[in-house]
Amino acid sequence: MMPKKIKTKPYTATRNACKMCTPLGAALVFHGIEGTIPLLHGSQGCSTYMRRYLISHFREPVDIASSNFSEDTAIFGGGDNLRLAIENVARQYTPEMIGIATTCLSETIGDDVPMILDGMDKKVDPTILVHVSTPSYTGTHVDGFHGAVHAVVERCNPVTEKTTDALKTRKKINVFPGMLSNEDIRHLKEIFTDFSDVRTPIDTQSPDAIKNGIDSYAMGNNTEFTILPDYSERLEGPSWEDYQAIQKGGTPVREIKAMNRATASMEFGSILASTVDQGEKSAGSLLKERFDIPLASLGIPVGVKATDLFFERLEELTATPIPEKYKKQRGRLIDAYVDGNKYVSRQRAVVYGEEDFVVAIAGFLAEVGIIPVLCASGGKSGFLQKALEEILPKNILEQVTVHPGMDFTRMEQTAGALEPDFVIGNSKGYTLSRHLNIPLVRVGFPIHDRIGGPRILHIGYKGAQELFDTIVNTLLQRRQDTSKTGYAYM
Amino acid sequence: METISVLEDRKNQIYRKGQDSFDISCEKKSLAGAVSQRACVFCGSRVVLYPIADALHLIHGPIGCASYTWDIRGALSSGPELHRMSFSTDLSETDIVFGGEKKLEKALFELIEEYEPKAAFVYCTCIVGIIGDDVEAVCKKVAAKVGIPVLPVHSEGFKGTKKDGYKAACDALFKLIELNRKPEKQIPLSINILGEFNIGGETWIIKEYYRRMGIEVVAVMTGDGRVAEVQSAHRACLNVVQCSGSLTYLAKDMEKAYGIPYIRVSYFGIEDTSDALYDVAAFFEDTPKIMERTKTLVQEEVKTILPELSALKKDLTGKRAAIYVGGAFKAFSLIKALKHLGMAVVLVGSQTGNKDDYALLREMCDPGTVILDDANPLELAKYVMEKDAHLFIGGVKERPIAYKLGIGFCDHNHERKIPLVGFEGMENFAREVHETVTSPVWDLVPRKAFNRAISKKG
Ligand code: SF4
Ligand code: SF4
Repeated sequence: MMPKKIKTKPYTATRNACKMCTPLGAALVFHGIEGTIPLLHGSQGCSTYMRRYLISHFREPVDIASSNFSEDTAIFGGGDNLRLAIENVARQYTPEMIGIATTCLSETIGDDVPMILDGMDKKVDPTILVHVSTPSYTGTHVDGFHGAVHAVVERCNPVTEKTTDALKTRKKINVFPGMLSNEDIRHLKEIFTDFSDVRTPIDTQSPDAIKNGIDSYAMGNNTEFTILPDYSERLEGPSWEDYQAIQKGGTPVREIKAMNRATASMEFGSILASTVDQGEKSAGSLLKERFDIPLASLGIPVGVKATDLFFERLEELTATPIPEKYKKQRGRLIDAYVDGNKYVSRQRAVVYGEEDFVVAIAGFLAEVGIIPVLCASGGKSGFLQKALEEILPKNILEQVTVHPGMDFTRMEQTAGALEPDFVIGNSKGYTLSRHLNIPLVRVGFPIHDRIGGPRILHIGYKGAQELFDTIVNTLLQRRQDTSKTGYAYM
Repeated sequence: METISVLEDRKNQIYRKGQDSFDISCEKKSLAGAVSQRACVFCGSRVVLYPIADALHLIHGPIGCASYTWDIRGALSSGPELHRMSFSTDLSETDIVFGGEKKLEKALFELIEEYEPKAAFVYCTCIVGIIGDDVEAVCKKVAAKVGIPVLPVHSEGFKGTKKDGYKAACDALFKLIELNRKPEKQIPLSINILGEFNIGGETWIIKEYYRRMGIEVVAVMTGDGRVAEVQSAHRACLNVVQCSGSLTYLAKDMEKAYGIPYIRVSYFGIEDTSDALYDVAAFFEDTPKIMERTKTLVQEEVKTILPELSALKKDLTGKRAAIYVGGAFKAFSLIKALKHLGMAVVLVGSQTGNKDDYALLREMCDPGTVILDDANPLELAKYVMEKDAHLFIGGVKERPIAYKLGIGFCDHNHERKIPLVGFEGMENFAREVHETVTSPVWDLVPRKAFNRAISKKG
């Protein structure tokens, strides 16, 4: 079905946005830190809407406090409200950390949050206060996400605590994976743990372990790792036996504080890396600057090629060869690519979502022979085109329309002419896929119309395997459904 | 084991029947830092106006407010579906600095040209209230050029609560009626249905009852709504208002301006639905046939659903329910409906109830019932555990609380897909409650230990 009118001129209004607002990303990060409550400095509505949005994806409690502006606050400034909110959150949740993110409102009236927070630290001690500036009119949820990771690392690793080299004898890797699914984070942990070939789990309560900030993921070859953020347990925990004001799980604050003692950092996202090259700060670049910790930046490891790169870096950083288990996964994956090659070859896909995610998925699609005919995102970092050029072979790139700053309505109008076979992205593309009458393969965030969104695995060989199977089976189902014959063998 | 304590400043918004003697405090601004379940003014306006399916709904502000509300309700339309689109001016930093009026104007012209709506609503969000755009002027200018009503909705999130949003929406609806009002004749035996939003097709169920009673429905505000329909609302004889909070403002305005009286009803549960239909029939007492038809209708409908209700009741008798809803009116109906199923209500609360609402709740509830105003997740969890409820009735934000605590859940908010009004709605409701309460999964959750966790000091 072709859309009624194809508009090519720029459109003023955003119609069915393919992005969320900045504080949402920050709130998600804070949910990935142990004992942390996010607090949005602004009106009640923003917090409530974001909670609802996150709850619909995770199907878990997602508490986000608000400083709850009133008219007076908007006129005279939000200082008193914010201070009261902090005290109330501290009282109700006794959190380890409160993650304060601004909203458009507090940013626009020009609240000086660091000044407001001055002295509050002592008042709510030992709760740590972290502030991230997240006006929504300057970016998307992705900026809020990276901004919050950066703010937390910065707050927990002040320059004065610069460590001596002596403490760096242990291998320790900081991992900043970006906005991945719960299952992705769990898989990452599994990979790192396997790499360590742990034979005797380290007693984290021993005086030595506490002194050196060693956590339970300590590796046999003395390599430890810290993933930030890690919401994989907190936002997908078991049914409660007992009441939990703040659900268990998340990156422990003491581990974040020890990040300056790491031997390397790893950061996913090629777009993120480009913005860092341009002078923007990320958690990894901050640690590099402040503490000389080498930073390995790489794309999100989706697909064989990207995952190969990831494992290569891991082998280097840990001086450990890739475990047999992953070699086998890789072998099975490539064999599956072969078995399914004809089902997917030259199929055409529309890909959308966060820019880094789009790049990763497009790279994966290209390596199995699917043409990502439209790569779209609501984000506009300015690097999407470049990142795709780097990852896609030339013959495929020629067939790709790249569109940053795009909403779903324009995507629909553009996609029709490109004759796609399927759509791949978050559940917000359902309307588009329905109108184009082609299937939607659900990946990424959010998944609001299915159960198990947080359990979708994208990364590693295993993730590629699951993505590949899902895509092939979606296409086969389609062929079966639309055929008169109803073949029982495909 | 964790204990949950209640914030000092919230204590007079929590009441235990038979134990406390103070008047519950309500209609207050939410406490800073308390994780209220409430939304904002904009949310209230949006809830009321969005079901108007042939109008353009443009959200003026940065992207979030529009992103999070895209197609979030189950408000159905039998025709156009423009209301399911999410339009935003998506203000950027330069707009914040230099003002968003130009962008708004351009956006309106483009959208109206492309989508040909019958009217346009421009929702002002928080930022617009700060940067001081003259939205009124832009709307006037655009309206004059395009020849359709273009109405600002003053729904800046921080300027009050959801209720103020209802009021802003009612103002816009009233203006819409006024804009086009010609001295037309009243339509005999006619009503407007107010405060009914066609979630899961509920408007259609209610309209069908009125059709069978011989009553004409002029306008529904705003379920399956159309601009032209709304604009003829002044021709009805009676306004029948559901959902006491949201559309009463409009009913009052219309009473003043056009002399149309209004009555308040609810369509949830057998009792309330019957009362609603009888009250409307009684209004048209000069046409006794209507009352006769209504009686037959109620009898027929009740007869149809009673057997199943009785069967379901067997499993539900003695089970305990917790209710947390937006407007208190819904709670009244739910308490009655649950009693019908043999269930006891042990906790009831609302986001926006007023003094009268809470007085009535206090009367309706059994001793020991906890009544909450503007509660937060911690308090809800605390009392659900303390009261050992089997079922929670609320919205998406309450669902994970119920599920984490291992009890059944029934969505009674705008996002549900199943109609719960009228007699068949009662049947759907009973089925849904039964399905969740009797699910075997509760046997597997580690729920038994909860009672130990209850704080004695709260
Ligand atoms: S910005 Fe204001 S209007 Fe928009 S969601 Fe937040 S509180 Fe509501
Ligand atoms: S005002 Fe800003 S922070 Fe709040 S919901 Fe809207 S875009 Fe997001």
